[in-house]
Amino acid sequence: MSWALVLALSGAAYGLKLLGSVIVGQRTMAPAIERCLLLIPAALLAGLIAKDTFTVGQTIGIDARAVGLAVAAIATWKKLPFAVIIVLGVGTVAVIRLFV
Amino acid sequence: MHYFRAPDARRFVNASLIIGVAFVVFGMSFGVLAVAAGASVAQACVMSLLVFTGASQMSAVSVLASGGSAASAFGGAVLLASRNAVYGLALAPVLRSSSLPVRLLGAQWVIDETTALVAAERDETVRRTAFWVSAPILYASWNIGTLGGALIGSNIDPSDFGLDAAFPVMFMAMLAPHLRTPAGKRAAVFGAVAAVALAPFMPIGLPILVSAVGMFFGISPSKQLPAETTDGAP
Repeated sequence: MSWALVLALSGAAYGLKLLGSVIVGQRTMAPAIERCLLLIPAALLAGLIAKDTFTVGQTIGIDARAVGLAVAAIATWKKLPFAVIIVLGVGTVAVIRLFV
Repeated sequence: MHYFRAPDARRFVNASLIIGVAFVVFGMSFGVLAVAAGASVAQACVMSLLVFTGASQMSAVSVLASGGSAASAFGGAVLLASRNAVYGLALAPVLRSSSLPVRLLGAQWVIDETTALVAAERDETVRRTAFWVSAPILYASWNIGTLGGALIGSNIDPSDFGLDAAFPVMFMAMLAPHLRTPAGKRAAVFGAVAAVALAPFMPIGLPILVSAVGMFFGISPSKQLPAETTDGAP
């Protein structure tokens, strides 16, 4: 691995992270835009959850992770503590992988 | 850091330490993979310190490990890092009251998990606490893990412990408060469907950017109830 790649990637990654702050800056946005910005996490978190659960690379599929997610969803719905939700979800996947 | 003395700090310290466990383990597996792909310990550590976006780093070293060129490693990693630009938009209101040097530091910590923790809150002060408490803890966890993995070099596979499910599971808990509004539900459904349905047809990292289009359900001002913070995870 070359240092050039490490540094190029560092620069690009930081530039992307900084971009949002530069665009929005210290301005106050119009209410419609503020509402859209508040929805970004909902759209992206749901996207990440779905991607991390139902895909491997570019292949769609269902495996132990889907069961773990279902358990976590129930735990979330039951308003269990954050740590418990994670332990239940991750534990479910680990146990299924152990026996299947 | 006065944010650590804020009334809500404890809650975010706890959540960050829990997420931090996953960060240490994945940081280790990144360190191991990086060294196996031909990086020095210093290169692995500098990458985690300066790039600090796990999916991109993992992607870059796995492309190199499988014999890919530096250019393709770079391209794939940048594509995965591009969602941080969208998070930057969402976090800009949290950072904008700070001084320029502080905003420049904060930008480095704009990632999935800090955004998710901040976004579960409505109060501006609490949102700032969420960010400035969680970010340094997660940053430290990722870098400690990387150093450990790069030095030890023995192979650990997080999926043996089900830890590859840790991120979707924690995101599930963090998504919950957003599902209380009709617009939040629509954005989430759109985001989830786009991320999976487009996966076979687009390079990795691109479908999640299409998911972000779900934010435009916010244009119409219909029934946006403020999400409560008290019973939302974490």
